[in-house]
Amino acid sequence: MELFQLLLSGLASGCVYGLIALGFVLIYKATEAINFAQGDMMMFGAFITIWLTNSGYNNLPFLFSVPLMILIMGAFGFLIERIFLRQVIGQSQIAIAILTIALGFVLRFIAGAIWGHEPHFLESPMVGKNIYLNGAVLGLAEIFVIIVTVLLTVLLYFFFAKTKLGIAMVAASQNQLAAFYVGIPVKRVQSLTWVIAGILAGIAGMLFSAKGSVDPITGLLGIKAFAAAVIGGFGSLPGALIGGLIIGLIEPFSGRYLPSGFSHLVPYIVLVLVLILRPHGLFSQISHKKV
Amino acid sequence: MRVIFKTSYDNDINLFKDKIHFLQYVFLLVFALALPFIVNDYYLGEVALVLIWAIAGMGLMVLVGHSGQVSLGHAAFMAIGAYSVVILQSRFGLPFIVSLPLAGLLSSFLGILIAVPTAKLHGIYLAILTLAVSILVEDIIVLADPLTGGVNGIFAPDIEIFSINFNRYGNIDSLYWLILFITVVFIIGYKNILRSPLGRAFSAVRDSEVSALAMGINIARTRTLAFAISCFITGIAGALFGHFVTVFNYETFNVVLSINLLLMIVIGGLGSIHGAFFGAMVIGFLPIIISFCRDHFLDDIGINLMNFPGIETGIFSLILILFILFEPFGIYGRWLKIRTYFQLFPLYRKDMFKRQKSYLKTERVR
Repeated sequence: MELFQLLLSGLASGCVYGLIALGFVLIYKATEAINFAQGDMMMFGAFITIWLTNSGYNNLPFLFSVPLMILIMGAFGFLIERIFLRQVIGQSQIAIAILTIALGFVLRFIAGAIWGHEPHFLESPMVGKNIYLNGAVLGLAEIFVIIVTVLLTVLLYFFFAKTKLGIAMVAASQNQLAAFYVGIPVKRVQSLTWVIAGILAGIAGMLFSAKGSVDPITGLLGIKAFAAAVIGGFGSLPGALIGGLIIGLIEPFSGRYLPSGFSHLVPYIVLVLVLILRPHGLFSQISHKKV
Repeated sequence: MRVIFKTSYDNDINLFKDKIHFLQYVFLLVFALALPFIVNDYYLGEVALVLIWAIAGMGLMVLVGHSGQVSLGHAAFMAIGAYSVVILQSRFGLPFIVSLPLAGLLSSFLGILIAVPTAKLHGIYLAILTLAVSILVEDIIVLADPLTGGVNGIFAPDIEIFSINFNRYGNIDSLYWLILFITVVFIIGYKNILRSPLGRAFSAVRDSEVSALAMGINIARTRTLAFAISCFITGIAGALFGHFVTVFNYETFNVVLSINLLLMIVIGGLGSIHGAFFGAMVIGFLPIIISFCRDHFLDDIGINLMNFPGIETGIFSLILILFILFEPFGIYGRWLKIRTYFQLFPLYRKDMFKRQKSYLKTERVR
């Protein structure tokens, strides 16, 4: 039964990593840039959920504050794209990466200045409620996390595979100029990508705060989500989720079976190994460039 | 505007363009040498720290600015340099003058260890890998407790060269001159690398791997060499930094420092030695400016900066964002534009430094 609980908690944290990784992959697919601030955006989403829901702040009902948070984070993603990212279209990947790193630092600073550096907890309806199943204790929050993630992934998959807008986004990501020639509004598509990424970060933050404490440094979790995205191969949506689950599962099991101090290292070792052995992830989309 | 009449091919690669150019740098050097007689010990210490950041920045500049590989983990190499210089002195009893280059070599060795298996990784992937390495090194330092002092940290002894003592608190002048000497050595070395075939190969690999390959450059070898040189310089910077702060632990060299190093050279201006120095000045003098503002303006209007921990990083990142949006070439790029404006006056055109916009094509599907 212990195994089952480890599995569940691993899956739940893996889902959060997976959602952050989905944000990375989404922006990478659409703009070929990596948003290093995705983890910090998640932290921001978590704080906004807490700020709306908790009795110490606005004390709104949970079911009302979540859609409101989603709206705020969507607008937030839109503004970031409009104000910052739109200016650097055409600059190198690295410049954009550095821009988003700096954005992440600023977000962390703003969150610290508004909400302080103490850990915060979300007062959600799931707190402290458990399901007892064959002797195993399953946290309701963890099950909630898993269900929401699965729903979101299915939704995103159909969005990119079936809808006109989703296909336009894929096209714009593959060749901006060509997409522009066939009449896709590339800039608007890019805005939309950031809106979706903001919403994803918000939902990931909400889920994260539902099952643990949040402080401004939580955003550094994004580095583990990198591992997830890399394992899945940047550019593959299901790959990101599976990568997140792998990282999420590795953590509790290595914490259980390895000497203390080492368990912390394992996700990064996996990341390094994947980059060395299979540089483009398990679900590679890259073909080698020939001269 | 000075017109240089070139009479030999050497004119293109000379360290100095002409006598005036040479004299400018001589004046700068004389000024730097005389600095201990001009400013007090506190500011001299800050300048020494700026020089150390500049050395670290040069190390990263070789990699990012000249060979086009982005590292988000250079604090790890600083850590290797700092720890190994102290351990070599205290455990193995080696003198400073031997252990300093050895520390650089050890750091360089780690760099090669990372560079060889990742020779095929590109841009962002390499950045993520080095980020992971930075975190791993931080954790390994904690785990290697008996050697590194773990969480409590390690104490760097005073630097002794030929029984001359260099101490930050007792004898900051000579420590400053030592750091200045090492800085100058690295600048000259760096300049010489840039005008050698190796430096040309770096730029070629940075600008286009395909055409570099077509020119007969061994890309994997060039990239590994860039890593080795970069990590050597950064390791030395780390060693000096360790001696400068005298006590340090794993947190001194955390991921945030890695990222700050990269942000530093981007603010300064990628692809030039000047950029490393401008960036180091920003990172070194910003805390002083902030605390000056706090003491003189903000307290009067009732803003207490103590309520905002981490304000330095916040402001620093904001400056960086503004630079990327409005001046992608950093401080050095802005300086070049201003200088060209005056040299060509009144012939300067607005779009003189404008680059062609490139459109994005995916690397994923071809």
